[in-house]
Amino acid sequence: MNPPGAFTLSDDQGTAHHFPNHTPTLLAFVKEDCETCDLTLPLIEAIHQAAGTGVDVVAIAQGSADIPVLRDRHHLTMPMLDDAGLDVSYEADLDTVPSLFLYDADGHCRFQTYGFDKDQWQELTTATMQMAANSQAAPSINWDALPNLKPGCGARNVDPDVAVRLAARKSGGLRARVIDIGAHDDVHEFLFDQGFTDGLAVVPPTAERVWRMLQGTKRDPQEVVAEVPPNLAPATVEKIAINAVMAGAKPEYLPVILTAVEAACTDEFNIHGVLGTTWVSGPVIVVNGPIRHRLGMNMKMNVLGQGNRANSTIGRALQLVIRNVGGGRPGEVDRAAQGGPHKVGFCFPEWEERSPWEPLHVERGFAPSDSTVTLFAGNGPQPVADQRSRNAASLVASFALSLETHWHRKLRNLGEVMVVVSPEHVDTIAASGWSKDQVRRHIQTAIARPARDVLGDEDCAEGVPSALAGDDLDRKLPKFRDDSMINLVVAGGEAGMFSVILGGWASGPGGSISTTRKIEE
Amino acid sequence: MVQILDPTDEREPVQRQLAGRPEALVGTIGLLDISKPRGDVLIDRIEERLREEAPAVAIKRYAKPTYTKPAPDNLRQQIKKECDFVIEALAD
Repeated sequence: MNPPGAFTLSDDQGTAHHFPNHTPTLLAFVKEDCETCDLTLPLIEAIHQAAGTGVDVVAIAQGSADIPVLRDRHHLTMPMLDDAGLDVSYEADLDTVPSLFLYDADGHCRFQTYGFDKDQWQELTTATMQMAANSQAAPSINWDALPNLKPGCGARNVDPDVAVRLAARKSGGLRARVIDIGAHDDVHEFLFDQGFTDGLAVVPPTAERVWRMLQGTKRDPQEVVAEVPPNLAPATVEKIAINAVMAGAKPEYLPVILTAVEAACTDEFNIHGVLGTTWVSGPVIVVNGPIRHRLGMNMKMNVLGQGNRANSTIGRALQLVIRNVGGGRPGEVDRAAQGGPHKVGFCFPEWEERSPWEPLHVERGFAPSDSTVTLFAGNGPQPVADQRSRNAASLVASFALSLETHWHRKLRNLGEVMVVVSPEHVDTIAASGWSKDQVRRHIQTAIARPARDVLGDEDCAEGVPSALAGDDLDRKLPKFRDDSMINLVVAGGEAGMFSVILGGWASGPGGSISTTRKIEE
Repeated sequence: MVQILDPTDEREPVQRQLAGRPEALVGTIGLLDISKPRGDVLIDRIEERLREEAPAVAIKRYAKPTYTKPAPDNLRQQIKKECDFVIEALAD
């Protein structure tokens, strides 16, 4: 709490009081629903009467309605100022009422006390009377009848809902255009009408909610995190926070969302291309590191499905940023022929603790203690069933045979995919002691086909073009450009011998390269 | 009144945008009477003028069941399906 500086407040008669005003002053912040204020207001009134004109004794009520109630209840004659907007209370960072501040004629605070501590109040009374140059006329207070100590009550400006509203109003960090929604308009219908949503309801981004969201990061609200395609609009922390609120995210998710936006808008990941392609991909976010636990993310049963707030809203927030800040809307620059439900938002964590392997981010050079997001231009889940394999070679062959249909069985030289390996499946692989690289190699060899088998022909025109196949039609063509195109992560329920393939888009400099970024908190 | 913060890059104004204005008056015009007294007088007069000045245009008449409530869904869908333009008349 700080002694309030200069202010002007009106009393209940509508008269403006300016502070400081070259007179010693005792300011007393009070509210109506506070027993300690009830205990002390008669004392303050007694000091007011004894001090006469020597000291301005002024009560500051934390609400207009409090003034008549307190005046009647305690027969108060002192001026009562109305801090209904709580601006003065906020500036003073008040947390308790009553709070008293005694100032000399030069406006310096000489004494302050909170709640009721009898020793301090006696000291305050003496100091006030000395300032009034009237120390002979002691106020009529029966100190013996008063308790030694009675703590104060919480000031109204720190009520949780009020505090957020005040902070949002005062922060000055919010610069987004304010949109007034008419009293007769339904807020949710308005948000749909404006095209702000992805087709599902969003949380209205009020200043209070956005301010609260911004508490999830130390970054400046006006810092530009990325330029978001297709419009290459600058996405500030504030704009991303607005969309995060709409997505239903919590403030602690914001660092993940900021990093996801940053990663999506890199040249490697190329969200512009992912958005503009007629292919089915969308940004898939894989979260690694300790933050998974702090956010309560689901990495187990139904990991790729609905039902967990962090999983669901982080991916959605990224998509809303692309839509609203970048202007990337389906049917416009988003040219997906079909798209998929994964494009509402797709985010999941790796169950690192359940994996015998290094997690995704460690493979990519980050420390296990780092938290990261990896963006991958991925498709919806394609499950792989294998309930019979009891060793890695057999199970990984199943992965390979299923992966062979990616894009088209006869297409070769493809880019990145991701296999989300279930716990039961990874146990089978671990029992054989296979590394991730062994899994990748086996996938490649298991489905490398002689060129003659994968050429486009009269039965099916699609396939490897003969120019690519070359002259030696017995040469085996691998499915993927190289082994590193196969990303492996572990996640899912403990029961179920099913893993999931997330197909990808065109990989490489002309497409999208999966991109990992450290989450700075 | 609820206030929200703009989630977009703010290059578009927030006001409701007018529908696109066609270049030529062809097709079907719907005349919608909101069923407020004397609305039909105005609509009749508009129909008369349209028949004189745009004889090639087809005209269809509609009426809301009551002016006190928004047009029912099926009426709005019907007008949308059958008309290229619509003129809605207030009255009194």
